[in-house]
Amino acid sequence: MTDLTKLTIAGARDAMRNGETSSAEITAACLSAIEGSGALNAFVHNTPEIATAQAAAADARIKAGDAPDMCGIPLGIKDLFCTKGVPSQAASRILEGFKPEYESTVTSQLFGAGAVMLGKLNMDEFAMGSSNETSVYGDAVNPWKVDDRALTPGGSSGGSAAAVAADLCLAATGTDTGGSIRQPAAFTGITGLKPTYGRVSRWGVVAFASSLDQAGPMTKDVRDAAIMLEAMCGYDPKDSTSADLAVPNFEAALTGDIKGKVIGIPKEYRMDGMPAEIAKLWDDGTAMLKDAGAVIKDITLPHTKYALPAYYVIAPAEASSNLARYDGVRFGHRATLAAGDGITEMYEKTRAEGFGHEVQRRVMVGTYVLSAGFYDAYYNRARRVRALIKRDFDNVFADGVDAILTPATPSAAFGLGEMTEADPIQMYLNDVFTVTVNLAGLPGIAVPTGTDASGLPLGLQLIGRPWEEADLLNVAYSLEQSAGFVAKPNKWW
Amino acid sequence: MSIDTQTARRVAKLARIQVEDDALPALAAEFSAILGFIEQLNEVDVDGIEPMTSVTPQRLKRRDDVVTDGDQQPAVLKNAPDAREGFFAVPKVVE
Repeated sequence: MTDLTKLTIAGARDAMRNGETSSAEITAACLSAIEGSGALNAFVHNTPEIATAQAAAADARIKAGDAPDMCGIPLGIKDLFCTKGVPSQAASRILEGFKPEYESTVTSQLFGAGAVMLGKLNMDEFAMGSSNETSVYGDAVNPWKVDDRALTPGGSSGGSAAAVAADLCLAATGTDTGGSIRQPAAFTGITGLKPTYGRVSRWGVVAFASSLDQAGPMTKDVRDAAIMLEAMCGYDPKDSTSADLAVPNFEAALTGDIKGKVIGIPKEYRMDGMPAEIAKLWDDGTAMLKDAGAVIKDITLPHTKYALPAYYVIAPAEASSNLARYDGVRFGHRATLAAGDGITEMYEKTRAEGFGHEVQRRVMVGTYVLSAGFYDAYYNRARRVRALIKRDFDNVFADGVDAILTPATPSAAFGLGEMTEADPIQMYLNDVFTVTVNLAGLPGIAVPTGTDASGLPLGLQLIGRPWEEADLLNVAYSLEQSAGFVAKPNKWW
Repeated sequence: MSIDTQTARRVAKLARIQVEDDALPALAAEFSAILGFIEQLNEVDVDGIEPMTSVTPQRLKRRDDVVTDGDQQPAVLKNAPDAREGFFAVPKVVE
């Protein structure tokens, strides 16, 4: 077989079971693709020895029969996941040299199912960013290119998106706090799923905003997202918010039959100044679902406008608390101290040296909104608004809507460095369509359905009812079949 | 709300992040922009709405109050910037 790196998870699974290829072969092909991909800066810690050993074990298991679906599949792992004995630094200087003594639940489940780790992937520092430009490793670069500009793969899971789009791995793990799986997936023409809050264990994933963080799959198509999600999710007593629910066979739900499904189109997402290309993409997607037999229904989510400001209170507040652990005492970086410096100077210098600018800013904003005198005005008000945003969705689902269709991003991928001079709010607007889903704890999936005039990929987002990822994946599958998006970036790296 | 350099200094201190004096005005301006954006929330009528504590209605599980882990001193100290004689070492805290 040629082009083993271009295989999907489903394709590789079937080919390995048929004996047409082996995990050792696919893994070797991926490792060699990674070696030639320095210009993308997607993989930041390579683990070829681990990959080769895991692939050999997977091949033995496949040969013995009865191997799980993920057995032998080479993956990239976002640097936010703790992987035992392998650098896991959340793209931050403050975790330089940190090698966890334990394995995150998600990676442990994936490796238990036989998946192969190729290495760790670039991301925004502590998952705070929408362009992968806040990383201590430097920018990850989008494999899509239409002129001489280097484009962002999006963020925070920018390395994951770039690696999957460039066929460096068959799929990757991502995490999503405000859109960090779905926005980069849309920017790179791949599929990205954020599960219902509580579906996937957060244990061993470096925490950003614990009430919003969810890990999920970033894959080449919807079927792969279904297969990989099943291996990632499930009840974990080590995460107190993990849901004790049965894990369905998500792949079996992909019938493509969506006749009679009610798809909501929220009017508040038709923002002022929405580019004509995005509006057309959305209208085209709506027509595809209608042609497939779905019932299209105009809906209203009245508090949409307040989602981003609520998010930029709640996420920094939780981050300021979560990131308090980086104090230079137990792990990671400690600043060199001057004579006479005490423990306070150690904290302050360590955190000033270890955190990048965006992380410092968010920790301080969070500190401010939680401080005495402002807690009610900012933090409690944001939590009230969050309750209203969730109620908007509850009302729509109670009215019989099965899934909601929206654009995934307000534009195609932009150039690296283009937003440097903009104020931080401009960058935050990237998450305008995705952040509501985190605030309401819902599952959401980005599916590539078209391109802009210059040929860059664009994606649509489908939002589902809580815990109904299977149904959501089936609607996404139907959309994917209708859209027929198969474009790939031309290799320039 | 406009944040002055005095407030920026206080917030940096609370967050235990060292910020040089000459960086404070720019930091204060960034805070002001972000808080200005956040202030849209004042337009929302939140009367009678409880602040959200859990996005999914779930009861936190209880487990038996027993030791399930331990005896891992070397693993716990493995990543410490300064560990001595089985302890984390830090600058003198008490005079």
